[in-house]
Amino acid sequence: MIVFEKVTKIYSDGTVALDEATLTIEPKEFVSIVGHSGAGKTTLAKLLLAEEKPTAGKIFYESLDVNKLKKHEIHHFRRKIGTIFQDFRLLPNKTVYENIAFAMEMSGRCDDEICSDVPHVLDLVDLTHKAYNFPHELSGGEKQRAAIARAIVNQPDVIIADEPTGNLDPINTNEIINILKKINDLGTTVILTTHNKTVIDALGRRVITIDNGKIIRDDKNGKYVL
Amino acid sequence: MSWISAKRVLKSGLQNFSRSGFVSLSSVLVMTVTLFIMTSIILFGGLLNYSLDQVKNKVDINVYFITSAQEIEVLSVKEHLETLPEVSSAEYVSRDQALENFKERHKGDEITLQALEELDGNPLGATLNIKAKDPSQYEGISNYLENLNVGTPSQGGLKIIDKINYAQNKIVIDRLTKITNSVNMIGIWFALIFVLISIMVTFNTIKLTIFMARDEISVMRLVGASSMYVKGPFVVSGLLSGIISAVIILIGFAVGTFLINSYYGNYFVGFDLFDYYISNFLYIFAIILGSGVTLGSLASYLAVQKYLKN
Repeated sequence: MIVFEKVTKIYSDGTVALDEATLTIEPKEFVSIVGHSGAGKTTLAKLLLAEEKPTAGKIFYESLDVNKLKKHEIHHFRRKIGTIFQDFRLLPNKTVYENIAFAMEMSGRCDDEICSDVPHVLDLVDLTHKAYNFPHELSGGEKQRAAIARAIVNQPDVIIADEPTGNLDPINTNEIINILKKINDLGTTVILTTHNKTVIDALGRRVITIDNGKIIRDDKNGKYVL
Repeated sequence: MSWISAKRVLKSGLQNFSRSGFVSLSSVLVMTVTLFIMTSIILFGGLLNYSLDQVKNKVDINVYFITSAQEIEVLSVKEHLETLPEVSSAEYVSRDQALENFKERHKGDEITLQALEELDGNPLGATLNIKAKDPSQYEGISNYLENLNVGTPSQGGLKIIDKINYAQNKIVIDRLTKITNSVNMIGIWFALIFVLISIMVTFNTIKLTIFMARDEISVMRLVGASSMYVKGPFVVSGLLSGIISAVIILIGFAVGTFLINSYYGNYFVGFDLFDYYISNFLYIFAIILGSGVTLGSLASYLAVQKYLKN
């Protein structure tokens, strides 16, 4: 479903973020990408989202060459992928409900569908009681759950979670990972980037290890080994 | 854009504006200052034109007719002059009236009055007092009169126009023409410069508010928002800032000009500021509202565009 073919990314200051990375992610997989800070994990996620262009190589999403997407096609493509970030990236002037509804509005869904689906996902992430709060009124864990709700409301095929537990305590971390596992169990491909050893070891799923931009390990039932 | 999309963009823009607090307030304030400058320039222009007209009205040329010219001939010249587009007015002063005016001007001058008494009859001829629409046109009117001054049958071929005092007033008239033209030109340049500066300040303030929302813009793009959904709400917010600023200014100036006129009207030497504002209200309304709306929406559009290009 997702193919990275000898992808290299060198930033303008000469930093080699990725060096001929090749990997394939099948549908419904739960893949963790691990590595130290600066290893290239976030770059991988940005390349898949067409936020950055590769210096060399190709990236395919199903049969689509992500690098060849025209400007006006990118936002359509991004609607197929749900994204969760370390810094939550909620819209500060919108309530939790509106943040989630925003994702549906972008997809052109009608008001009836929004009124039906948003309360449902709020319930899934246990945020019904915070639907009309603004992001600054939420705890870190609640913000991340709101971000997850926004990411899954359009039922995307893929969720990219880029260090989603980086700003959270262990209890909230556990909660978030459990939600991601649940989402994956329902059939969504999950790509998790993290440097949290505890999380990886507890998951027992496929682990791709990146070090200095190179993929050094790819284990089906991997552990955090660096 | 579908009706549902437009409705969503509008709702999002209104929400952003109302929830952004001080950011929205600063946009409104800066735009209010810009529109204040524009309205002030319009009113100042009105005052300037009024003042220049007052000065122009002080200048005229007099046509002195010979004492034997018939009233009907003088009135005929007056009629010819009134057909000219350059002539604003031509006032006929009869011989008797001219004599009365002379006596009035020299009221305290006994020697002159005594000399006048000793003269047989009225030594003064009829006069035409001519005002042009613009000081630069007096020379043309004077030349026209010179050409019109042909011998009339009743005078046995004598010309009825004795003297035209354009030549004596030419220097004053020429200077006045130059001054009014210069004042107008300076006024226009000042207005342009002030308006440009204030527009630039407004643009930069709005750019700053969009800069503060750059993270928000990047999130919207990552979630899959199209350009329209990203730009639209900001343009709506900018538009709303413009409308609110325009309303503040229009109401403010209505009250302000009324109060200024009430307390300081004497300083404007006959110019009714409030009356000018009200009688030109539709014109001012169109300019100010149009400027506010254009400035607010265009500045927001261009500022967001920068972040969508990256």
